[in-house]
Amino acid sequence: MIINSRFFNRSELIGFVALALVLLVILPLSLDVFRLNLVAKYLTYAFVAIGLVLCWGYGGILSLGQGVFFGLGGYCMAMFLKLEASSVENTKIQSTPGIPDFMDWNQITALPLFWQPFHSLTFTVLAIILVPGLFALIIGTAMFKRRVGGTYFAIITQAVAAILTILIVGQQGYTGGINGMTDLRTLKGWDIRPDHAKIVLYFFEVFLLFGCIFIAQFIRLTKLGRILVAMREQEDRVRFSGYSVANFKIFAFCMAAIFAAIGGAMFALNVGFMSPSFVGIVPSIEMVIYTAVGGRMSIFGAVWGALLVNFAKTGLSESFPQLWLFGLGALFIAVVLAFPNGLSGIWADYVQPRIDRLLASRKSKSGAWADNSVADGAPAE
Amino acid sequence: MFGDYSIGDLGSIFVMQGFAGLILFSVYVLMALGLAIIFGQMGVINMAHGEFMILGAYVTWMTSNAFQHYLPSLFSGYFFLAMLLAFLVSGALGMLVEWVLIRHLYKRPLDTLLATWGLSLILQQTYRSVFGAREVGVELPQWMLGSLKVTDSIEVPINGVFVMGLTVLITVVVSYVLYKSRWGRQVRAVVQNRIMAGAVGINTEKVDRYTFGLGCGIAGVAGSAFTMIGSTGPTSGQLYIVDTFLVVVFGGAASLLGTIASAFSISQTQSTLEFFTSGSMAKVLTLLAVVGILMLRPQGLFALKVRK
Repeated sequence: MIINSRFFNRSELIGFVALALVLLVILPLSLDVFRLNLVAKYLTYAFVAIGLVLCWGYGGILSLGQGVFFGLGGYCMAMFLKLEASSVENTKIQSTPGIPDFMDWNQITALPLFWQPFHSLTFTVLAIILVPGLFALIIGTAMFKRRVGGTYFAIITQAVAAILTILIVGQQGYTGGINGMTDLRTLKGWDIRPDHAKIVLYFFEVFLLFGCIFIAQFIRLTKLGRILVAMREQEDRVRFSGYSVANFKIFAFCMAAIFAAIGGAMFALNVGFMSPSFVGIVPSIEMVIYTAVGGRMSIFGAVWGALLVNFAKTGLSESFPQLWLFGLGALFIAVVLAFPNGLSGIWADYVQPRIDRLLASRKSKSGAWADNSVADGAPAE
Repeated sequence: MFGDYSIGDLGSIFVMQGFAGLILFSVYVLMALGLAIIFGQMGVINMAHGEFMILGAYVTWMTSNAFQHYLPSLFSGYFFLAMLLAFLVSGALGMLVEWVLIRHLYKRPLDTLLATWGLSLILQQTYRSVFGAREVGVELPQWMLGSLKVTDSIEVPINGVFVMGLTVLITVVVSYVLYKSRWGRQVRAVVQNRIMAGAVGINTEKVDRYTFGLGCGIAGVAGSAFTMIGSTGPTSGQLYIVDTFLVVVFGGAASLLGTIASAFSISQTQSTLEFFTSGSMAKVLTLLAVVGILMLRPQGLFALKVRK
């Protein structure tokens, strides 16, 4: 197997440039701030979707609990913002000033211990990465070391998502309950609510997204990425070749968790609140759907999937609220039955060959030119 | 936690909560039986199972309304007809779904999960469009209301006893069908080795379709039972689906006995804890315990020893 020496092959380069053009130029120029903020919200799911490409598309590990990590990242960020918003001056009408409003409503009189470190931004940023990462490490170690995989792993991660949601809703005094953490205002004194802040946050998020895309692409191209694919196709042979399958699975799962957590943190910043409705089973499955629609083998496809499904969701639910669930349901079924490789599969099967032929006919006139791009095989489950 | 109650009180509490747990146990067992057949035997992750259950509940509701309007004299017996109808309607829909959707996906078990999730969304929206978003409740016939007084502090509701009796009956019938009948032998043969089963002349496609239909039909009956303990809305089924999957996985996927044992332990734990802590904490603790045990014993309580 030839490992591509270039970081992006030609078609990936086209994908990258197209995505950068749309996200950095076309969308900011053509949309008003409200819509751009919506795009920022959709892009937070793209982080999760990229993680799922690594973990599910490449590693073959379907996690139905990505909402857990999205939520953990989001809540870490929201806790920091909430603490800053509940300074003593802002909350002097409460019976205990200086603690978040929902704690005051729930007769809690002192800031709980696990909230204390979230006064520090450094700690918060570390926590956004480490808390979900460690949590994924624990779950992954417990499951993969015992060779639990496939559907069982999916169901157990789903149960974890259920547990966390119930816990957040139930422990209202510590988490804000079903309403979540609302009314987030400033980041280190910088107001995150006005229009110009939304634009800055949008570009910051896009750059983070490209960072994640580069990391994912790097993992994909190294030997590690090859082992992940090998593991998905023939787990036993990889094990017999002397690789520790469990460790590679744990790694992929942790990476996916960290990406999801970054997405969650950006969600709290961009949208200005965080609630358990982005943690549970339904959002977790929807995140898998974004990846499936975009193409589980394609990093760029996942970003497009997250964007397009969410655009469709907003558009349909605004104009035809009755039809939205029908459309979404039909979309899942159609993707699974007819296009298991999603949008990127359609692209690779129908559009790419035409472009190649077009380019090839030109190249043949100007001399031989070999393209050594290696297409990744479709998942053969 | 226990300090404020006398021994006698505690005894009554455990009995009452235990009995309340038994009704939950009945719904779990009925839901999980269908799922154990579909997931345990066929390997299909049916996320729309809750919606099949709710279909049964809606059928029961419609039957009860029809009896109230047209045959008020026979109202006391409507439930038996409703159960039968629920089984047939859910089972028929299940067979249709198997034919249209599931049979293309047997080689991709994780994809059945996504496709059936899509199906569950469509069904939910269908229920919402047809029956409205409001939850509906079924009126119980007179003889099912009230409760039996066992001692001064212990009362047992009659509909609970009825649901449990029903559960036991259905469980016995299903295990008889699966383990003693000719058809059940065919099902197990197909599960163990599809190619060989086909080679000895079993129509595997037909067996698949009926197996899936049976699982969905039992979910419909579970929906009938569900109407007695909760009100029916378009999304009620979704609340139970994760619990049910955990019941099946915890019990050991291919074992009916394991499913029953795990449904019993999960529902009893939850019901007993519910009295001492809040409902949500009881659920969290129960689920945590189940996930914890599954991490230590991934094959579930009762694992069949199958050479793979």
